[in-house]
Amino acid sequence: MSDPSIHAPSSRYTVADHAPRKISAILLRWESILVMMLAAVIIGNTLKSPYFLDPFNLADATYNFSEKAIMALIMALLILVREIDLSVAAIVALSSLAIGYMGAAGYGPVPLIATGLAVGMVCGAFNGFLVTRSGVPSIVITIGTMSLYRGIAQVSLGDQALTTYPQHYLDLGQSYLFDWPPTPLSFFLFLLLAACFAVFLHKTAAGRQLFAIGANPVAARFSGIRVDRIRLILFTISGLLAGLGAVLLTARIGVMRPNIALGWELDIITMVILGGVAISGGVGTIGGVVLAVFVLGLATFGLALMNVPGIVINVLLGLLLIVSIAAPIVIRGQSGRR
Amino acid sequence: MSDITRTSRRDLLKLAAIGAAGVALPMPFITRARADNKRIAMVVKNLGNSYFDACANGAKQAAAEIGGFEIIYTAPTKATAEDQIAIIDSLIAQKVDGIIVSANDANALVPVGKKAASRGIKVISFDSAIAKDGRIMHLNASSTPLIGAKQVQMIAKTLKGEGEVAILSAASTMTNQNSWIAAMKEEWKKPEYAKMPLVATVYGDDQDDKSYREMQALVKAHPNLKGVISPTTIGIRSGAKAIIDGGLIGKVFITGLGLPSEMKDAVLKGACDSFAIWNPVEYGYSSTQIMINILNGADASAGKTVKMGKKGETKIGDDGEAAMGEPFEFNKSNVEEFAKIF
Repeated sequence: MSDPSIHAPSSRYTVADHAPRKISAILLRWESILVMMLAAVIIGNTLKSPYFLDPFNLADATYNFSEKAIMALIMALLILVREIDLSVAAIVALSSLAIGYMGAAGYGPVPLIATGLAVGMVCGAFNGFLVTRSGVPSIVITIGTMSLYRGIAQVSLGDQALTTYPQHYLDLGQSYLFDWPPTPLSFFLFLLLAACFAVFLHKTAAGRQLFAIGANPVAARFSGIRVDRIRLILFTISGLLAGLGAVLLTARIGVMRPNIALGWELDIITMVILGGVAISGGVGTIGGVVLAVFVLGLATFGLALMNVPGIVINVLLGLLLIVSIAAPIVIRGQSGRR
Repeated sequence: MSDITRTSRRDLLKLAAIGAAGVALPMPFITRARADNKRIAMVVKNLGNSYFDACANGAKQAAAEIGGFEIIYTAPTKATAEDQIAIIDSLIAQKVDGIIVSANDANALVPVGKKAASRGIKVISFDSAIAKDGRIMHLNASSTPLIGAKQVQMIAKTLKGEGEVAILSAASTMTNQNSWIAAMKEEWKKPEYAKMPLVATVYGDDQDDKSYREMQALVKAHPNLKGVISPTTIGIRSGAKAIIDGGLIGKVFITGLGLPSEMKDAVLKGACDSFAIWNPVEYGYSSTQIMINILNGADASAGKTVKMGKKGETKIGDDGEAAMGEPFEFNKSNVEEFAKIF
């Protein structure tokens, strides 16, 4: 007889914590693929453009995706529990409208920020209320509130713009939080929030509950998880972070127009999907979303540095999304057949 | 066991191939910048707009005429301020020498304009201005007095200075049209227009059907009407259609501000003798000439005069704005050529 300890792990009396970790399994994880994509983007851009690996250029590039990235964090949780919030960009417009009116009335930075966050939170809570009370799918509800929120902004302003803001408020969006390494406030907040979201989702019991809801909402409810309450909270946080996005974006561009943040909801959902969050719910990691934010943000910046027209960039990002989503499914399908 | 590892290795290869394809795809779109040329970027409101394409052609003409300059023509896919800021950020990162912008928002582009200036990049605006602090100067296609006067001169030439004339404007609340009408009335005070009275001003609200009906009503209300000035591209095309449909060709003429592509038929049929608008090719050309002069050390601050190559020179006003010249006139001789452009 051979040494019995060799067979111990596969003994029928032992339950392992997880499947045996194989190197191929780790490499095939979605996050690993995203890391490879990110490396490819960075190497490709560095080879193609001498201006890419410049700390100040990279810091400026983060301005253009950090606000969306912050909103992508909560969108990831919503999609994880089988919901979606298409009204986030419209909430940005409405919050920005409120900030603009407060600025025009001569208030200082703190009331401006508080107003932006509060309006966003109220809009988000209204979404959550409608979704949990009506039982209508959130995609339908938030298509409606998307038109509602942006419509209010359009009716109020028409083709006008709000342009009066205190300088201290504008500085938040237009100067660096630290000078070295150059870090815009929006990018710093994104990293901070990403860390909080990651700990919450992957290290707490409440985070596990989200996976349970995403896997099977009915079973989750019968297991004692307060599904509707969690949904309401998630939609409210989605509104709050859209309000934060509005605070940062308005400070950065120093003007509110009804077309502000137009189409952002799709950019944000793209980040989440590329980050490996399953649109059918129950699967996903914050790490994946953060990696996807960097892949998309740096790929866009690199292509813009080469003066690739924006329309072509959109086509390429669309292809990237389709290929990256379809590839694992195709591969899994083939492996299954064999 | 070995079977599983073989499968996953093949899977990994596939993934690597997909990743490589993703990186390789953009390659055909990349054009290497030649380092010896100075680079001027023209950033317009959005891509896929033939008016701006014509501006860019003018910019390239100016660059070719002088030599040693390269034009980067770019724009956001959506006509929003934040998308345009992202484009300008990437141009600043590339350390281009000059940026010519048609702004999606006057105020929103000020911070990024200042940032460009702080890194030694010259910024001017054309077509749609950046607010004063964010650019060196702004080139208007024309000026209100020149636009107003040109339209009165065109109808006077068509009617040989005799006959009743009316104005078919956009909405009564439109600032642009109202200031042009005020400028027309100023020109009208000159003695050579004494036999050409202004009999009515009507508003088509920049809607085709309303402009069309207002034009029909004008002709009925004023049987001796000979000419109509429409300082809006929608008014002039609908008015011209009403003349053609009503069998009034040769009896009533329309002029004003129109697009060659929309006015070609009316001009060839005789409903419109001549009309005007700024020529986008010349507009892009003049803006680029000014930028090249600034890069070569010309002073473009308020009160100074800058050269625009073949288009002569222009004086910069106290507000940092200058006008390219009077609107460009289109008639039977050139409308077909320009109809292909815009």
